[in-house]
Amino acid sequence: MNEVRRVISIVVENESSVLSRVAGLFAGRGYNIETLTVAPIPNSQRSRISIATKGDERTISQITKQLNKLIPVYEVVEHNEMVEKEMVLVKFPLSEPLADIEVLCEAYNGTIVNVGVDMCIGMVADEPCRIKHFIEASARFNPIEIVRGGVVAIER
Amino acid sequence: MQMNGAQMVCEALVAEGVKTVFGYPGGAIMNVYDAIYKQDGFEHILNRHEQASVHAADGYARASGEVGVAMVTSGPGFTNAVTGLATAYMDSIPLVVISGQVPQILLGTDGFQEIDAIGISRPCTKHNYLVRDIAELPRILKEAFHIARTGRPGPVLVDIPKDITAEMGEFVYPESVDLPSYMTTPKVESSAIESAVEAILKAKKPLIYIGGGAVLSNASEAIRAFVELSQIPAVETLMALGVMGAENPLRLGMLGMHGNYASNMAMSETDLIISLGARFDDRVTGKLSEFAQYAKVIHVDIDPANISKLVAVDYPIVGDVKEAVEMLVNGLRGKVQTKQYDDWREILARYDALYPQSFEDSDEIIKPQWVIERLGETLGEEAIVTSDVGQHQMWAAQHYPFDRPRQWINSGGLGTMGFGLPAALGAKKAFPNKTVINVTGDGSILMNVQELVTASEYKIPVINVILNNHFLGMVRQWQTFFYEERYSETDLTFQPNFKALAEACHGIGYDVTTKEEFDMALKDAIEQDKVAFINIQVARFENVLPMVPANAALNNMMLPKIANPAKGEK
Repeated sequence: MNEVRRVISIVVENESSVLSRVAGLFAGRGYNIETLTVAPIPNSQRSRISIATKGDERTISQITKQLNKLIPVYEVVEHNEMVEKEMVLVKFPLSEPLADIEVLCEAYNGTIVNVGVDMCIGMVADEPCRIKHFIEASARFNPIEIVRGGVVAIER
Repeated sequence: MQMNGAQMVCEALVAEGVKTVFGYPGGAIMNVYDAIYKQDGFEHILNRHEQASVHAADGYARASGEVGVAMVTSGPGFTNAVTGLATAYMDSIPLVVISGQVPQILLGTDGFQEIDAIGISRPCTKHNYLVRDIAELPRILKEAFHIARTGRPGPVLVDIPKDITAEMGEFVYPESVDLPSYMTTPKVESSAIESAVEAILKAKKPLIYIGGGAVLSNASEAIRAFVELSQIPAVETLMALGVMGAENPLRLGMLGMHGNYASNMAMSETDLIISLGARFDDRVTGKLSEFAQYAKVIHVDIDPANISKLVAVDYPIVGDVKEAVEMLVNGLRGKVQTKQYDDWREILARYDALYPQSFEDSDEIIKPQWVIERLGETLGEEAIVTSDVGQHQMWAAQHYPFDRPRQWINSGGLGTMGFGLPAALGAKKAFPNKTVINVTGDGSILMNVQELVTASEYKIPVINVILNNHFLGMVRQWQTFFYEERYSETDLTFQPNFKALAEACHGIGYDVTTKEEFDMALKDAIEQDKVAFINIQVARFENVLPMVPANAALNNMMLPKIANPAKGEK
């Protein structure tokens, strides 16, 4: 079984139970959800759900087919030609060198977004593997808290 | 026209042509029952348990092909209905189930008899609705029926809070539905048919594999024409019995865990499976990695998700079975040589002669298989046969000569004990002039036995043939074979007096220990026109054979002792 990682983008009717239908389908059929984001699509009655998942080709194909069967699902896009971005917020103690933290954030196309009395918050939005590297690199500045968002993706 | 939500429900049911509703009232659905009291557009049957209401609607749907309708209250009324929904969902049966819900002001407060019906039923319905606005109600009811009956059919739940059924609103029943996100039935692509036709012409050992989808799509005639033209042999799943007709010379029989020898050998040796509305269920395939190892696969299915779900498909055809088969027939006409598969049919005929579907009869004790064959001889094509789940179900499937689709009604996918009697009530309501037999066991029948009362009250005279072996027979059989005869909790020696039980519910009961008594009881039960129990003491340790042990290869069958090698030699 060759596991692949895929981002599946699902366009759904904007109704209250639709997320539970999608998430329930994943849970009930034993599919894996790595990250999940939902937001309304501007100027429409629809929302986009982006799910990063892992599975062999047959599983991925089953996921898209089963999703397509849900009544409020308009469209399921699944392929590897997606531009993906993920966001992370990291809270550092101000006992750590602020300039070094800023350099690190900038190296990952991010910045410092907030500085308080005893902490600062760095933000990075980048590809998921780069986010992983950023989190690893920021470990030396003893982060207090790390909040990672889900993947958003768009077709190339 | 102005009316309240409860009246809208009734009006919508009438507009959908519903003649019979099966249900059970309660607090949250009372407004609708008040409206039912005031109308005469449809009949309401009061079952004695909500599970039975849904099974009855299901039996009605399977027998007639129409959408079955059940109505229940919130909370326990709904949860009792869940097994019925799941049963229908697994076999793709079109149902609309209407459930009451607590008033919207109480939603989410753990109100009396409140339960999240939408959440619970999501995995066992094709779709479900919680109505939040009276203005949506007509549209939702219209969509519910549309979704239930189109595409791959299935049950739809409409959960209606009590304040909505009381509220007044304007009722205009929509003439059409506007559901852009819902795909019904994809059109069969002619290029897919062309490739399939080529594969059929090239094949040496093709096999038609027919599933329940053929019944749902009313494809029986088309399939019989396909078989007639091509002379390709065919096997049926449990859900497809009757599609080919028992007497069809090209019908090998049922395949799978309790399929006959020739059918399972055919599936193991075929070089081209032509799957028509079947889904390669584990009870059919046996061990998947050794399933049909020499075969290419043509798979006709209305549901794209079934294609290559379990078995890799070489020639996918997405769409309605009937339409696809008619196109295959057109493509093959004039091209297929009827002699083309002579050798293959000859091999299969030998297999069938070697181990025909058979059993060893006895003069001392009634064999359950004898009862089924006797029923078949006596009633044949006329009767509708329902069943519960277990040994009796498999014997009925193996030994009753089903001649037409929708004649055989059973819970295949979910395997629901307690399905048979209420489903029989539904089938009898759909076809009051047909004899309806429920073949059941001493275990299953007790799981919805309260429906004897429903049957008596509404004069729905179904005949329950209880193959009584004082065991949960199928589990006992597995314990014999695979658990060293440790009969853990399967001995049903302690049981009610079935004859008296039937009589207590205003029906008629018969205790049968000989073949003569059975003949007399059956004849009398048909004449009496009352709900009946025919309680038959059958051989206790009889096994359902052939049997493919769980997760063994399909050609690895346990066979009955009385094989006939002399016939096989020819």
